[in-house]
Amino acid sequence: MRNSMHHQAGFSLIARVLHWLMALMVITMLFVGAGMVATVSERHAWLLQLHKPLGITILLLVIVRIGVRWAHGTPPLPSDLPLWQRLAAKLSHLALYALMLAMPLIGWTMESAGGYPVILFDGVTLPALVEASPGLYSTLRFMHTWLAYTLFLIVQLHLAAALFHVLVRRDSVMPSMSTGPLPGAKRSKG
Amino acid sequence: MTRKLSKPPYLFLRLGSIAVALIIMATAFAYVSGWLDPQRLTPDRIINTFEANAGIHEGYRRNHAKGICVSGEFVSNGNATGLSRASVFERGRRVPVVGRLAVPGPNPVIADGKPLVRSFALRFSLPGGEEWRTAMNAMPVFSVSTPQAFYEKLEASKPDPETGKPDPRKIAAFFAAHPETQAFRDWAKTAQRSSSYANLAYNSLNAFRFIDASGNVQVVRWGLVPEAPFTPIRDAQLKNPDFLYSELQARLEQGPLRWHLVVTVAGPGDPTDDATKQWPDSRRKVDSGTLTIKRMQDQEHGACRDINYDPLILPEGIEGSDDPLLSARSATYSESFNRRAREQAEQPPSSASTDDAHDDSQETQS
Repeated sequence: MRNSMHHQAGFSLIARVLHWLMALMVITMLFVGAGMVATVSERHAWLLQLHKPLGITILLLVIVRIGVRWAHGTPPLPSDLPLWQRLAAKLSHLALYALMLAMPLIGWTMESAGGYPVILFDGVTLPALVEASPGLYSTLRFMHTWLAYTLFLIVQLHLAAALFHVLVRRDSVMPSMSTGPLPGAKRSKG
Repeated sequence: MTRKLSKPPYLFLRLGSIAVALIIMATAFAYVSGWLDPQRLTPDRIINTFEANAGIHEGYRRNHAKGICVSGEFVSNGNATGLSRASVFERGRRVPVVGRLAVPGPNPVIADGKPLVRSFALRFSLPGGEEWRTAMNAMPVFSVSTPQAFYEKLEASKPDPETGKPDPRKIAAFFAAHPETQAFRDWAKTAQRSSSYANLAYNSLNAFRFIDASGNVQVVRWGLVPEAPFTPIRDAQLKNPDFLYSELQARLEQGPLRWHLVVTVAGPGDPTDDATKQWPDSRRKVDSGTLTIKRMQDQEHGACRDINYDPLILPEGIEGSDDPLLSARSATYSESFNRRAREQAEQPPSSASTDDAHDDSQETQS
């Protein structure tokens, strides 16, 4: 695997900044999305106005982040981590990246299919990705909702795993994403 | 890492705090989603109430279900450039318009002579992909000022299972509890139905903010003023449940229909958050240009079918006001659109509609 070839025990600074920034944005986005469709109050209008530019920002950042991950790789997981936890880590990270990429694209395509102008902010309207089509809109609207719930569950799993590493295993995983490499954990592999 | 992990102290406390963190996050999400808060007024609840009152007419709007698609253009005369920097108001600007004339209520085959109010929704397609959507009604004020009151009115109009009609006592009780409805009721008592969609004035009712080139804000309402003079409905027209369609067709064969888009500027102290209150007649009015309607199509096949006339889809230079109905209309229209889009997708274009008791005159939605 490409990432285990890298001789580093922590994520690069840019990867760590992107991780925490996007964690905040994705969680905000999930709550904004859930909240805006569940109210007729003024919150609906301003949450919707926040949802679109935030979604496009996440799309741009996740593209940068995939590039950073490609270039720098990831630090190795603790060598004593059971196989199923390694697999769970790989699969959940893959799902997180896929959803961070897919959700804004589905949202943008869905709004285009619904015949809505995709307004980022005053005077800036994104081009429609597809022709207006209620059938396509309906399918994408369904996907946007259910993939959002899926993303929320995977974020919860990710949080549970992170806390497990901090509180129970007390290993190198959280330091690799927070303070950077642990002094005692350098070049543990390879 | 080669060090062997030892079992940490207070293991159950540690696992317990992970569980607590997850539960807090999930509970917050459930609350925001409205799952722990059944009293909250959601778009779903309002649309469900429309459906409970009138049944589901698949593929149609949940309100103002019966309508006609129209199209034409708006030509600006430049008079409103001082009020809003929206490109639609630039002098000589021509923008294509897809509109929809409709009667209120969830029944797509209601007799045209029945409802008192009629509506006109427009979508202006501005340069650069911007749009201005507006849904106007032919009345001077709205009946209620808040989404909650709208919902209560809907609940009060629920048909009695015995008679199939709304219970007049419940309606009376609603009006008694809502004195803000008085202006609307006074108007409704004396208003006459017109002979046509073409000779009515349609009003935004809700207030909006116009922003000019220097960033100054004016609160406005707008309306369409017809060139055709008002004439009341004729008895012969009432025999045809679709007379508004044939009447409009006859007019358009003679030539295009015109309205003036008139912007009314709020004075100091005029309510901007209350669509039940008219502004004084003396307020400054600006005729911003002419809407010309040239063609019509039935709504099952016309370009307006797939447009959600969300009143908060606005171009740069126009914003929503503090009127609470705007956000509610936006949220609720969106839910109505989601449902009818789904129904259209599920219903093959060739299948006949059998969704309601009035289907003998019903065309199929694609």
